Amino acid sequence: MSILVDKNTRLIVQGLTGGEGSFHAGQMKEYGTNIVAGVTPGKGGSVHEGIPVFNSVHEAKDATGANASVVFVPPMFAADAVMEATDAGVGLVICITEGVPTLDMLKAVTFMEGSDTRLVGPNCPGVISPGKCKIGIMPGFIHSPGRIGVISRSGTLTYEAVDQLSKQGLGQSTCIGLGGDPIIGTRFIDALKLFKDDAETDGVVMIGEIGGSDEEAAAEYIRDHFNKPVVSFIAGQTAPPGKRMGHAGAIIAGGKGTAAEKILTLRSCGVTVVESPAEIGKAMADIL
Amino acid sequence: MKIHEYQAKALLKSYGILVPEGAMAVTADEAGGIAADMKCNVVIKAQIHAGGRGKGGGIKLAENSKDASSCAQEILGMTLVTHQTGPEGKVVGSVLVEEALSVKKELYLGMVLDRATEKVTFIASQEGGMEIEVVAAKTPEKIIKVAIDSRVGIQPFQARKIAYALGLEKPLDREGVKFAMKLYRLFMDKDASLVEINPVVITEDNRLLAADAKINFDDNASCRHPDIAELRDLAEEEPTEVEASRHNLSYVKLDGTVGCMVNGAGLAMGTMDIIKHYGGFPANFLDVGGGASADRVEQAFKILLSDPKVKAVLINIFGGIVRCDRVANGVVQAAKRLNLTVPIVVRLAGTNSELAGKILEESGLTFTVATDLADAAEKAVAAAQSAA
Repeated sequence: MSILVDKNTRLIVQGLTGGEGSFHAGQMKEYGTNIVAGVTPGKGGSVHEGIPVFNSVHEAKDATGANASVVFVPPMFAADAVMEATDAGVGLVICITEGVPTLDMLKAVTFMEGSDTRLVGPNCPGVISPGKCKIGIMPGFIHSPGRIGVISRSGTLTYEAVDQLSKQGLGQSTCIGLGGDPIIGTRFIDALKLFKDDAETDGVVMIGEIGGSDEEAAAEYIRDHFNKPVVSFIAGQTAPPGKRMGHAGAIIAGGKGTAAEKILTLRSCGVTVVESPAEIGKAMADIL
Repeated sequence: MKIHEYQAKALLKSYGILVPEGAMAVTADEAGGIAADMKCNVVIKAQIHAGGRGKGGGIKLAENSKDASSCAQEILGMTLVTHQTGPEGKVVGSVLVEEALSVKKELYLGMVLDRATEKVTFIASQEGGMEIEVVAAKTPEKIIKVAIDSRVGIQPFQARKIAYALGLEKPLDREGVKFAMKLYRLFMDKDASLVEINPVVITEDNRLLAADAKINFDDNASCRHPDIAELRDLAEEEPTEVEASRHNLSYVKLDGTVGCMVNGAGLAMGTMDIIKHYGGFPANFLDVGGGASADRVEQAFKILLSDPKVKAVLINIFGGIVRCDRVANGVVQAAKRLNLTVPIVVRLAGTNSELAGKILEESGLTFTVATDLADAAEKAVAAAQSAA
């Protein structure tokens, strides 16, 4: 089993005809993801890379029975695309777009309250259940099917962790890139809840970074409700306060959100935290 | 993005929030002229993007025009060191000359997006003029938070809650309500990420004013606010960081000796961490992004090596969609063109990494090729230490 995406996922690509959307749709298809439709306003009725294009997510969903959507539209229009997919009743929306204004995302998550749609991202690599379905921009070939869940606020650091796991012979059930922004749809705690109920996930790798308090919230959840082993790495131990480290969310503000604080909390809640990002895979192998 | 106090106050004023009378000056003569026009005691305030200016000698009181001019003379051009500037300090290029207030009480009012609740939140305290983090740590009960539901915006009862939390009494409570409501509108209109009015001042003649103002904006929204983007002061930013952003590279200068070139923000931070883990210290954070082309790699090298402290460079690329052979070609091209003298440790993993290794090997240049992340960090730290 796996969470969020699998062989039954029927995917819409929002922004299919753009450069990014086009390229990654090809990569996803090659991996075996079932892409049923693309959406680009004004290009409805055409076919792009063998995929039918619609003017709206509503039309695309009605015509194809899609149950997931991935957003590649430019940053100024990304929140609108997320809300459109929500309004159309798509169950899972994964927003890859980087650079979405924070107040736009605030609007989008507020719009989504009370809906049955789950958002992953924005500014994330996507979600992959190895061997079944890949939605996003991660390199498929480093993943292998297995029983470890991976959740992360980072992109390439996730690839690093996945690669280490695969080399240890530890395949992955599902890997979720949560995204590096201050407001994201799915946080650590939400992903942990899904992995808790997944009978085919034996352990979870959790990669956090400086900024915010999602890691701390997750730590308490793990202590109280999560009975599978968790290995964690927190990026940004050497980051100075007040300086934004690439991601919009990765900043130590007002003395809060430091790596030291997060590591301390995670450890006190029973999580194995590695100091070096090169030891993530090995640490998981040692525990299992 | 950060702006200066005088710019923030002009913005507050345009929203109808009361600020002290005053104007910005870049010369001592200008400062004297402004003071002469005001016909009252004035304060001369250094305009830099950092707090703690008073303690560092960046804020002075003047009684007349001549006095104002000589105070401005002292402040303009000085290197102001505060707890927020770092030990190197910042050179003062302009001053704000404004009316000196007769202060009865100092209050604090801030606004920020609370990530945990996903709500724009007011932070109010009667302990104005101090650092709010210190107040929060020592006397958390003296801080009141009011979270705003973005669907309906700030409601009068919430603004009243803020006004009463600030201890405002009749008739100033009504001014406080207006103050908060206007501030909320500014925050949402302009895609602010942080507003801090510290202090909000009650004067002896019972006026409520923003005596200081710090406003930061969301960089992701700057394209829809050309008026705000215009306020950016490049002189306040690290020149190498400005140069990097021009090439779409995300760069932050640090103090160590191992220069880092990495794709992705998380892996870049992780690479910094592992350098420290092996006893070295990173010279920078540098994310070359998803499209690490030859040109970008060359620009990244130039920026890294403009820091004389760099004794070795670690290139760590995890190729996914990015192909390692292309990155390797970029590294070779840049190394040849720039005539590099510092040792370079390269770790390329992922797509086409074997081909990339071959390109580096056959280039005729001396790269240290690392097998994995730990190996790369160890080698880079060793190289930096033996070069030092």
